[in-house]
Amino acid sequence: MFLQHLPILQIIVPLMAAPVCVLLRRRERSWAFALLVSWVVFAMSVLLLQRVLLEGTIIYSLGSWPAPWGIEYRIDAVNAFVVFLVALIGAVVLLYAPRSVFSELPEVRCNLFFTAYLLCLTGLMGMATTGDVFNLFVFLEISSLTSYALIASGPDRRALRASYQYLVMGTVGATFYVIGVGLLYMMTGTLNMVDLAERLQPVLMTRTVLAAFAFLVVGISLKLALFPLHLWLPNAYAYAPSVVTAFLAATATKVSIYVFVRFFYGIFGTAYAFDTLSLGGFLVPLGLAGIFVASLVAVFQTNIKRMLAYSSIAQVGYMMVGVGLVSVSGLTATLVHLFNHAVMKCALFLAMGCFILRLGSCELEDLRGIGKRMPVTMAAFVAGGLSLIGVPLTVGFISKWYLVLGALERGWWPVAVLILLGSLIAVVYVWRVVEVAYFHEPTGKTAAATEAPLSMLIPMWLLAGATFYFGISATFTSGVARRGAEVLMAGLAP
Amino acid sequence: MSPETSILVSLLLPLATCPVIGLVGSRPNVRDAISFIAGLLTFGTVLTLLPHVQLGVYPALSLFEILPGVSLAFRVEPLGMIFGLVASGLWIVTGVYGVGYMRGHHEVDQTRFFFFFAFAITAALGVAYAANLLTLFVFYELLTLSTYPLVTHARTPEALRGGRIYLGILLSTSVAFLLLAVLWTYFAAGTLDFTPGGILAGKVDTPALYVLLGLFAFGTGKAALMPFHRWLPAAMVAPTPVSALLHAVAVVKAGVFTVLKVLVYVFGIDLLRDTGASVWLMYVAGGTVLMASLVAMTKDNLKARLAYSTISQLSYIVLGAALATPAAILGGGMHIVMHAFGKITLFFCAGAINVALHKTEISDMRGIGRQMPFTMFAFIIGSLSVIGVPPMGGSWSKWYLALGAVDSGQLVFVGVLMVSSLLNIAYLMPVPIRAFFSTPAPASTGHGDGSHQDHEGLHEAPLLMVVPLLFTALGCIVLFFFAGPVYRLLEPIVH
Repeated sequence: MFLQHLPILQIIVPLMAAPVCVLLRRRERSWAFALLVSWVVFAMSVLLLQRVLLEGTIIYSLGSWPAPWGIEYRIDAVNAFVVFLVALIGAVVLLYAPRSVFSELPEVRCNLFFTAYLLCLTGLMGMATTGDVFNLFVFLEISSLTSYALIASGPDRRALRASYQYLVMGTVGATFYVIGVGLLYMMTGTLNMVDLAERLQPVLMTRTVLAAFAFLVVGISLKLALFPLHLWLPNAYAYAPSVVTAFLAATATKVSIYVFVRFFYGIFGTAYAFDTLSLGGFLVPLGLAGIFVASLVAVFQTNIKRMLAYSSIAQVGYMMVGVGLVSVSGLTATLVHLFNHAVMKCALFLAMGCFILRLGSCELEDLRGIGKRMPVTMAAFVAGGLSLIGVPLTVGFISKWYLVLGALERGWWPVAVLILLGSLIAVVYVWRVVEVAYFHEPTGKTAAATEAPLSMLIPMWLLAGATFYFGISATFTSGVARRGAEVLMAGLAP
Repeated sequence: MSPETSILVSLLLPLATCPVIGLVGSRPNVRDAISFIAGLLTFGTVLTLLPHVQLGVYPALSLFEILPGVSLAFRVEPLGMIFGLVASGLWIVTGVYGVGYMRGHHEVDQTRFFFFFAFAITAALGVAYAANLLTLFVFYELLTLSTYPLVTHARTPEALRGGRIYLGILLSTSVAFLLLAVLWTYFAAGTLDFTPGGILAGKVDTPALYVLLGLFAFGTGKAALMPFHRWLPAAMVAPTPVSALLHAVAVVKAGVFTVLKVLVYVFGIDLLRDTGASVWLMYVAGGTVLMASLVAMTKDNLKARLAYSTISQLSYIVLGAALATPAAILGGGMHIVMHAFGKITLFFCAGAINVALHKTEISDMRGIGRQMPFTMFAFIIGSLSVIGVPPMGGSWSKWYLALGAVDSGQLVFVGVLMVSSLLNIAYLMPVPIRAFFSTPAPASTGHGDGSHQDHEGLHEAPLLMVVPLLFTALGCIVLFFFAGPVYRLLEPIVH
């Protein structure tokens, strides 16, 4: 009974719990409650993933209204994996949150913060779960609106501007999305993904569907920060509270990438999206450009949080190259990197949170000699950095392996070479920090710094440890990703 | 102990030593004793594998799958056995020498030093045992990263620059070329296992084979083929024990070992001979042999000169692999051992001179033979072995390399080897000649404290440094008489 309703429970529970956080008033109480909820959600996502892996696709009709009239939640290997990832990050980040949030936000706003956090979690989980394109829009708005609020709560006034910038771009993206969905509805009269995939087949070459396709490509690309539609991201990540950056960097763009593959592999189908309209010819160059431009820009950042934000844009580039390869290997690379990048980038941003707590800054020049003062935090940064570079035995290597293999299978040699060369730029920006942290004596802000508290170190190292664990034994992540890739390649149309 | 356990134990012992070293860091004597005992135990464990390999039963151990279908797996075949023995055996000697050097030179952060040193040994042994290309690549990169803190040990701006070149060249060649080659091989052959006779025959066309070989040869930056050799001189900013064990033995030998292993077990000698894919590599290696020797002659800094000498000697082994005849391959394999003993002796001497007399430039070393007779005597032995003069071990490997060149009809490389030996004489012998036959320089040239330069009588480095360097010098001589066992151990790889 309980297990049967898992797909909806994991969304209803945080949704209903969010307002309770407001009522709890005291910041400690609302945090403890949010933490409890997030771990319950995580447990449910684990059960769900387990069931999907054992039994295959789960179909859940909301209120027992059968599709296509009612809303259908459809969970296969792809979105079960994404849901698991979002819930995992949501739970671990909350574990880390109290010290960082209490120090960065005024006391009265903390309970609202946790409310927004849970709602954002709900939105992201919903986007990944639902099998209805309009329901997806609703969850997209829930997650977007709450993330604007979360970013705006940053300690710096520049956070307001960053949030506004994101609001404008995000709204454009969401509007394009809903226009695209509207056009599809016009042609087919349905909003259910499977039904859409089937009914679109006869009308694929109509102008309306072509326009819908274009709106959807641009709209979703905006949300996932595909180069050159990434402009909202660096400021949003740099000025948001540390916890928010860590949470959003690991989940928001990832869920959007999931939506992208769901639409263009699932609903439109590979034959239409990639053979007829050659979407790959658009994604691969843009992905590669993103890898190089964003990585190079990252090299010149003085604020490390911003540097990591640019690195995120580059990493989105890797994932979109994988999408553009249109093969099981390419999609496996994308899905496995979805997970891998989330884990490593979250660990890195959590390390930033520790620096901000102790130093009040994560400017490169303020980190002189931090390796001596905060060795455990800095070691986590190095672990995440090695993973970004893609050193063997870290998760970054696994992603690179599948991606290059995918390019080789297609015979795209230059792409394979460029992917590898791109990853070398990461060495430069990671090593700038390593050199400052280890090759200087602590001076200025670092002179009196002490190690971050255990309540922050443990969650951070959970994720940093995961970058090694899933890099040494990648059979679980790559196995699930491969199953997901096979599901996606098959498409949704019966 | 079963051979499988031996593999695991010898890999984990140095690794397990790291945290122990870290914990007892405040008590240097305990720390250094633990380091030494770990070295002995590791070498002992590696040694227990030897009888199996000699009998032709290659111990193998597959730990777990990193990626579906590709495991972290080990298989100790003769080449790996030799490399493992050399790396772990010389770790003990270097361990002793390192204690003397680090204390004599008043180095700071010795705990960090010995920590990463032990780590690097695990990485080197992992390279030696690797049963497939992915395992080899994993440990190859680990070796790069674990030696970075050793290279930059001094944390001076100079060390930082050296570290950048070191990491920059080694990481970029391995990621851009070697990893691509590994993936290409996996894509073409469907496997990454090292297999006698190779895995590429019939899987890759001949023109592509040239490119793939290029990716492997240049991707293995640790083999220091020109033009990717600059990291090795840059790494000389490290404390001398690092230069001695890692940049004359473990790291660089991991590079040429990779090249040998790839040519023998991935390409296969027959494939290389039939297609001629490796002919260009002979010329690159031959060119590196000569050019690096010429550059070595211009260097006044002793460690820099030895570094270029190493670049030149490494290419002997690459040349042996590229010639792809049984004699040349065996010569290359033997040269791993012979050069290791010769060059580590020379580096030990350079470090001893630095600690005892604070001299690093060859032009300052006039007359030091009177102060450091034992060290300079060992230097002569080491030099002769590197040059390849009997009765030193180095003469055998050069003999087989020349034989291999004759076998493959590439007579020009016999010439290269001979010219190179002459060049070796020209850049190595001036050091002892100056030390024994010139009068000491006036004290005024000294930088550092002049008090040491005034010593007229015996002024050797600490005993903990002199004994190891005499030991490895003795090794050079012993290897001349015991080259047979090495040859017989390696022989199966070409049959």
